[in-house]
Amino acid sequence: MLSAVPAWVFGALALVSGALVFRLDSMAKVTFALLASFLFVAGEVLLLGLGYLGVVLVLMMVMEMVIMVVFMIMYMMNPAGLMPMAMFHNTRGSAAIAGGIFIALTVGIFLVDWPARAGRPPADSTLALGESLMGGQMLTMMTLGLALFATIVASVVLATHRGRYDRFGDDLRADHPDDPIPGGVGR
Amino acid sequence: MTEVPLWSLAVLPAVLGAATIVAIAFDVALSARAGGRAASLTEVVVVPLREAVRLLVGQRRVTTAADRVLWRTGVVTVPVIALLAALVLPLGGVAVADLGVGVVWFNAMEILAWAAVWMAGWGPNSVLSLVGGYRFVAQGLAYELPHMFALISAATAAGTLRVGGIVEAQSGVWFVVWMPVAFVVYLLSAVAMAFRGPFDAPTGRDLAGGAVEELSGVDRLVFQGGRWLLLVVAVAMSVPLFLGGGHGPLLPPWLWTVLKTAAVLAAVLWLRRKFPTVRMDRFAEIAWVVLIPLTILQALAVGVLVLTW
Repeated sequence: MLSAVPAWVFGALALVSGALVFRLDSMAKVTFALLASFLFVAGEVLLLGLGYLGVVLVLMMVMEMVIMVVFMIMYMMNPAGLMPMAMFHNTRGSAAIAGGIFIALTVGIFLVDWPARAGRPPADSTLALGESLMGGQMLTMMTLGLALFATIVASVVLATHRGRYDRFGDDLRADHPDDPIPGGVGR
Repeated sequence: MTEVPLWSLAVLPAVLGAATIVAIAFDVALSARAGGRAASLTEVVVVPLREAVRLLVGQRRVTTAADRVLWRTGVVTVPVIALLAALVLPLGGVAVADLGVGVVWFNAMEILAWAAVWMAGWGPNSVLSLVGGYRFVAQGLAYELPHMFALISAATAAGTLRVGGIVEAQSGVWFVVWMPVAFVVYLLSAVAMAFRGPFDAPTGRDLAGGAVEELSGVDRLVFQGGRWLLLVVAVAMSVPLFLGGGHGPLLPPWLWTVLKTAAVLAAVLWLRRKFPTVRMDRFAEIAWVVLIPLTILQALAVGVLVLTW
């Protein structure tokens, strides 16, 4: 049970860096504390023998958090960006909710009558995951993909204040779009 | 794949460090040549060494209200991720750790460069440095997706995410032959990842150095050295992915790997002087409008070939 040691260490570090999210006073530090927390969770997933999921977790979370830090600083910090701020809103209420959920989940872990393991772990968990996603769960993944893509397109359409008439003129006949940032293709 | 002893973990940084020093020396020689004179051997060796020593004894610059934690973390992360990514890099059929998900591991480590450069730019509380950090994030958003499709093409053709398996799959025809687009895009993104010219806008002269503007002394040495290391590792990875790894006639596999890596690295270093710095906005549109469709078509072609052939 040598892997129990890193499992506990990763778990503790994930909790500590998760708690740091609410203790630190800079949005940049907060975001990277959250990233550290996710990376420790990825470590736990790797310890479970799920190589692909663990590494993909690292990949996704780094990309996500770097993009998030841009938006978080844009929305939540003062323009200079380096002045202290706090992550708290509704301090007591959120502490009560978070603490309550944590206790409920922890109690649940010990109270649930967990079933004994049926079956064996696959020899290649990546292959098993791929076959599941591209086989039995194909419909789920396709629906998910479409929903995500529709959300992205919809939010971009809602967010931009410029439409095709701004770009190509009232009769849409302009040869070159009138864009604030020209781009590199030379349209 | 043979079982790899633990001491290879210590050898890896030494080998990569040596390769990086050679690459820097070659770059110094190219610089001298661009200046219209031939560089002597002593100059090629002494110039980078002197710069390293100068940085080692140099004083750290202190800025007002710097975010030291993120700054130092960002600086140290660059060489660390380069080494971690290199764990899966095979040298003639032997990698320190030939992981089952090697390609994804490589990708995950190199993407940490986003966080590293942004943190290094954010840390010193300096405008130009911060702009440099943001530029790298924009550049990352541009190069990453074509880069991933290039990796996917190679992995699809081999039917495995293991780098050793990808090399084995090229015992006949090298992947570069039937996926040239993926190869070229991979090299482009490798250079963009290490923000070397023509993708050096994050550290551009128009920003007085951008993300490295406030770095001095040992910080600068670690960051710039790590950046070179990242370039060497990313370019070296193109050999097992597309150029058949250690496969080749007569010579032993490790020598073929070294020769191929040296050739690609030399070509990249030589070519980068032929192009001016590419602006973020331009590269972003080229990446999303031209490179992504091209690499998707490449991945599609590879997929169809794998299924039918």
